[in-house]
Amino acid sequence: MFTFLYNPDRFMAFSRWAAPLFGAIAAVLAAIGLWLDFAAPPDYQQGYTIHVMFIHVPASMLSLFVYACLAVASFLGLVFRQPLADAAARAAAPLGAGLTLLALVTGSLWGKPMWGTWWVWDARLTSELVLLLFYLGYMALRAAIDDEARAARACAILALVGVVNLPIVVFSVDWWNTLHQGSTLFAPGGSGLAPVYVPPFLIMIVAYLGAFGSLWLVRIRAEVWRRRANVLAIRAAR
Amino acid sequence: MNGLMVLMRRELALSWGRGGGPMLAVAFYAAMATLLPLATGPAPSQLAVVAPGSAWLALALASLLSLERLFERDYEDGALDLLALGPAPLELVAAAKCLAQWITTAAPLAIAAPIAAVALGASTSLMPLIALTALIGGIGFCFCGGIGAALSLGSRRGGLLIAVVVLPLFAPPVIFGAGAIEAYAGGLDWRTPLLFLTAYSLATAGLGPFAMAAACRNALS
Repeated sequence: MFTFLYNPDRFMAFSRWAAPLFGAIAAVLAAIGLWLDFAAPPDYQQGYTIHVMFIHVPASMLSLFVYACLAVASFLGLVFRQPLADAAARAAAPLGAGLTLLALVTGSLWGKPMWGTWWVWDARLTSELVLLLFYLGYMALRAAIDDEARAARACAILALVGVVNLPIVVFSVDWWNTLHQGSTLFAPGGSGLAPVYVPPFLIMIVAYLGAFGSLWLVRIRAEVWRRRANVLAIRAAR
Repeated sequence: MNGLMVLMRRELALSWGRGGGPMLAVAFYAAMATLLPLATGPAPSQLAVVAPGSAWLALALASLLSLERLFERDYEDGALDLLALGPAPLELVAAAKCLAQWITTAAPLAIAAPIAAVALGASTSLMPLIALTALIGGIGFCFCGGIGAALSLGSRRGGLLIAVVVLPLFAPPVIFGAGAIEAYAGGLDWRTPLLFLTAYSLATAGLGPFAMAAACRNALS
């Protein structure tokens, strides 16, 4: 499906219009989603703090989704030696770390009025924090090895180790302690979310996806350009 | 097989010969156990609560200590190239190195951990279980840590990098190990966390060498 993107020239041609398009879709959807959200009545229990949900929950969903993207890109880069896949993995890591941080910060801001505390060592918070540490470790490893091809492969191995390990971490942390509520939208026995909140919530998820897609493409483009500049600089130095 | 035995003996000799390798981990462990009461206050009731947990925390940190030298030394002097060319697969070489690491750091720590925990106020009935979990968890720490050590080969600031890469992987063994001890102290079911700990350690011992070998080949390429 995406094999036509393996060619860097075709990728650059595709992303040239795809990146702004995704960004525009994300901006429009975010505007609609937030408008619907603020038009909806405050929650009967949570009051106005329910608005945090539309920022917080998509961010935490995306933080895992981005890791999956990073892992798939790492796999393609490690096994099939796809240079673009490696650029994609490299570009995804800071975005994932940012989304994870956003989820943690908004969760903390939401937790203060609702739970009465900024932070609790609860299962889902802790696994999100561990995910952030994974991202940071990935970025640190990438930054510490000078040879780029070598750094790419080392990071790909780390990303794949993380794929095996993250479910175990999530499971172990779940087992360790739990206070955070389970998933509301996909709860067994139908969604527990009030119907009025469902459309803006889903719209916000799509908006986040669009924003991530757009930023990811922009970052991959920047990476491709950086490599081209490197090649030119080396050629000029000869 | 014979070559691997020789390799094991070499690893053990090197870690003993280099300024009493195992003693370093134990000394670090003792220093941490000494600093803990200074930080939290000496009240026995307070210390006894955190004793098993902090014994495990110190264990995780102490096992980080000598990881930097696990592959780095051989990488720098070219021995790793020879090992990679040798008849034994690099996966087995990595496993043998981690096993030697386990013998020289985890085993002494398994002796030191119960003593430190009791000194901090844990019940003496916990001692055998603390030693056992330290031994089993040590396998997980050594093989997880080996992955980090192999990945950071040829990088700047190796030691710090290993800690950043590896500490998230240490979360499950710390949870299960400390959980088993807490459960035993509280009279709850302690076999389940112990079995989970064993499962994690065995899984890392089984899968880790492949990641380590891939990372070493990458560094040597």
